[in-house]
Amino acid sequence: MEMNLPRAFWRLSLTWIAAATAAATLLAAQSASAQGTFITVASTTSTEQSGLFKQLLPEFTKATGIEARVVALGTGQALDMGRRGDADVVFVHDKVAEDKFVADGWGVRRFEVMYNDFVIVGPKADPAKARGKDVIEGLKKIAAAGAPFASRADKSGTHAAELRYWKAAGVDPTQSKTTWYRETGSGMGPTLNTASGMNAYALTDRGTWLSFKNRGELEIVVEGDQRLFNQYGVMLVNPAKHPHVKKEAGQKFVDWVISPEGQKAIAAYKIGGEQLFFPNAKPDR
Amino acid sequence: MAEARPFQLEARGVSVVLGGVRALDGLDLVLEPGLRTVVLGPNGAGKSVLLRTLHGLIAPAAGTVSWSRPVRQAMVFQRPVMLRRSALANLRYALAVNGVAEPERTSRATAALARVGLERIADRPARVLSGGEQQRLALARAWALRPEILFLDEPTASLDPGATAEVERVIASIAAEGTRIVMTTHNLGQARRLADEIVFIHAGRAAERTAADRFFDQPASNEARLFLQGELPWK
Amino acid sequence: MFEIFASLGVALQLIGGADPELWSIVLLSLKLSLASAVAGAAIGLPLGALIAVGTFPGRRALIVILNALLGLPSVVVGLVVYLLLSRAGPLGEFGILFTPAAIIVAQTVLVVPIVAALARQAAEDAWGEYREQLTSLGVSRLRAVPTILWDTRFSLLTVVMAGFGRAASEVGAVMVVGGNIDGVTRVMTTAIALETSKGDLPLALGLGVVLIAVVLAINAGAFGIREWSARHHG
Repeated sequence: MEMNLPRAFWRLSLTWIAAATAAATLLAAQSASAQGTFITVASTTSTEQSGLFKQLLPEFTKATGIEARVVALGTGQALDMGRRGDADVVFVHDKVAEDKFVADGWGVRRFEVMYNDFVIVGPKADPAKARGKDVIEGLKKIAAAGAPFASRADKSGTHAAELRYWKAAGVDPTQSKTTWYRETGSGMGPTLNTASGMNAYALTDRGTWLSFKNRGELEIVVEGDQRLFNQYGVMLVNPAKHPHVKKEAGQKFVDWVISPEGQKAIAAYKIGGEQLFFPNAKPDR
Repeated sequence: MAEARPFQLEARGVSVVLGGVRALDGLDLVLEPGLRTVVLGPNGAGKSVLLRTLHGLIAPAAGTVSWSRPVRQAMVFQRPVMLRRSALANLRYALAVNGVAEPERTSRATAALARVGLERIADRPARVLSGGEQQRLALARAWALRPEILFLDEPTASLDPGATAEVERVIASIAAEGTRIVMTTHNLGQARRLADEIVFIHAGRAAERTAADRFFDQPASNEARLFLQGELPWK
Repeated sequence: MFEIFASLGVALQLIGGADPELWSIVLLSLKLSLASAVAGAAIGLPLGALIAVGTFPGRRALIVILNALLGLPSVVVGLVVYLLLSRAGPLGEFGILFTPAAIIVAQTVLVVPIVAALARQAAEDAWGEYREQLTSLGVSRLRAVPTILWDTRFSLLTVVMAGFGRAASEVGAVMVVGGNIDGVTRVMTTAIALETSKGDLPLALGLGVVLIAVVLAINAGAFGIREWSARHHG
C-alpha cells in the first residue's frame, strides 16, 4: 500500500518539465517557421542600418529562394562570428582584416562588392575649423583645437579606418591623456547619439549618417576625400574549417551580390535621392 | 463494531524544549485503546505540546515515545488547515497520500463527508467554508483515514456553541466506533460531556490521571483542585 | 520634452496603424517571452518550493546562489549562452544560435532565478501554515512540493508574471544570442535598441510605449484571473 512518493514526484516533475519544454519548443519552432533554406550573414551595422539589406535581401530571396538572415555587428565581431562558425557568409568593410581572415583559412575567398564613403560630422559652428575635403587635415585641426571627438573604439571597420587616419595625421589620440577623445565602445548609431549629445566630431559612414535622425547640431564637415572611400568585401566562411557551413547557399549569396543583377540592386538603393553604395565588383570569375 | 486491536502508547520521561522554554518536563503517560481521554491544564502547561509529541510532530529532547506496534493515527488541530481545493478533494488527497487507491478513495471520502453532514457541500472550495464546517471537514478527513487513535487539540476553541455541539457529536460517534480519543480543551463542560478520564497536566508533567466523573468532584491533586476553582495562576 | 510627446503620438500611430511588421515583432516578443516564462516556471517553481520545504545539504548555499543570480547582468547570461550555443561551443551542433530558440534559452536562464526566489518565499509562507497538518497526514517533504505549488497557484501566477516581465523587457542577452535578425529574432526590445542607434528616438520610445501597453494588458489579465480565482477558492 505504501506509495513510492519520491518516484511519483520525479515522474510528475519530469512530465511537467517535458510538457513545458515541448510547449516552448513548439512556440519557438512555429515562430522560426523555417521556410526552406536560410543562410546566416554576418555583416555590419552600416549596411543594416542604412536600410540597404531591406532592399537587397528580398531581391536575393526572389532570385534564389534562399532566405538570408543578417546579424549586424562591427566588422571585428562579424569576422569573429565567421571564425566561430556562427555565420555562413561574412559581408564587411575592413580590407586588411578581411585579407587576414582569408589568409588564416577562415574564409574561402574575398570578393569586393561595393564601396561607400566615410564622412566626418561635427557641429555646424565647426569650432576646430576642420571643414574641408582633406580628412587628414581635418583630424589634425580637431586634435589641435582639442575639440571633442567621439570614437566607436569597438574594433569595427569604421574604427579601424579612423585609427588609420589618425596615424596618417601623426596623432595618437589614445596615447596622451586627452580629454577631448571620447571612446564610446559602441556601434555607429550609439556613437552618433553620443556625438550629437555632446556636440562632438565623429567619423561615420555616409549610409548610417543619412538614415540617422537624432542629428542635433551636427552636419557633415569633411567629405569627398579619396582616402575616405570604404570598400566592402564578401566571403564564404570556409567549410573546411566549419563543415556545417551552408556552402552552396552561401556561395549563391556571394555570387549573387557580385553578379550584374545584385550590383544593379545595390546601385538602385537611395535615401532621399542620394545613392549610398557604389557597386564595384570585378567581373573576374 | 469490531473490538479494537490492542496497542500501547508509552511516553517515558518525555521532555520537550521549545524556544528555550521547557514545555514538557519528564512526563510519563501510557495509553491503550478504548477510552476517551481529555487533557486538562492551565495555559502553557504543555497540553498541545504533549499531543504533538505523542503524534510525532515534535521530537522530545529527552525521554521516549514508543508504540507497541504501528498504529494508524490522525490529528485535528485548533485551526483546521484545508488545502485550496474542494471539500471532497481535501479528503481524497489525504487518502491518496496514505495509499488508498480508487475507487475506494472516492467512496471513503464521500462516506466521511456524509458522516459529518457535509455531503451537500462536497464540491465547494474548502477554504471558503465556515469555521464550523471546516472543523467538521477536518474531522471527516481524520476519520476517513480510519485512525486507531485520534488526537484533537482544542478542536472547538474557535467555534460558536452550535458548531461546537456538532463537532462534539462527531467526536463522540467516532469514539463509539472504537477509536482512541485524546483531546485537549479549555471548555470544562465539554470535558465533562466527552471524557472518560482526565489527564491533568501541570508544569510539564502529568499531575494526575483520574476517571472523569471523579475528577470534577474530587480531584486527587492540589493543582487540579485549584484549577477547577479557577484559582490556579494562568501562566 | 518634445520627444516624449512626439513618441506618444508615434505610439498611438503604431497601435492604430496595424503595421503588420510591428505586430509580427510584438507577437514574436510575446511568444518568446511566454515560452521563456513557462519554461522558467517549469524549472523555477519546483526548485523554489523544494528549497522552501526541503532539508538537504547545500540548501543554504543554493539560496545564496539563487539570490545572487537575481542580480545577474543579462549581458553575461547572453555571452555565456552565446558561447554555449556557438558552433565552436559545446552545444553548437544544434545550430540554434541566432534563432528564436536561442532567445528562449537565454531568457529562461534569466527567468529561473526570479521565479525560484519568489516561489520560495510564497512556498515558505504556505509551508509554515501547512507543515503540521501535512506531516500529520503522512505527507513527505518531497510529496509536499507539488501540493504546496498547487495550493499557492494564485500567488505563483504573479510570480510567473514577474518572470514574463523579466523576459519581455530583456534586451542585452537577446541581442547577443538572437542577433536582432529582421523578421526572425527581432523582438520589441532589440527593435527599440536598433531605432535608438539609428537616432530615431521618438520611434524607439513609441515602440517602448507599445511594449509597455502589451505587458500591461497581459498583467491585467493575469491579475483579473488571480482575483477571480482567489475569491472563489479562498
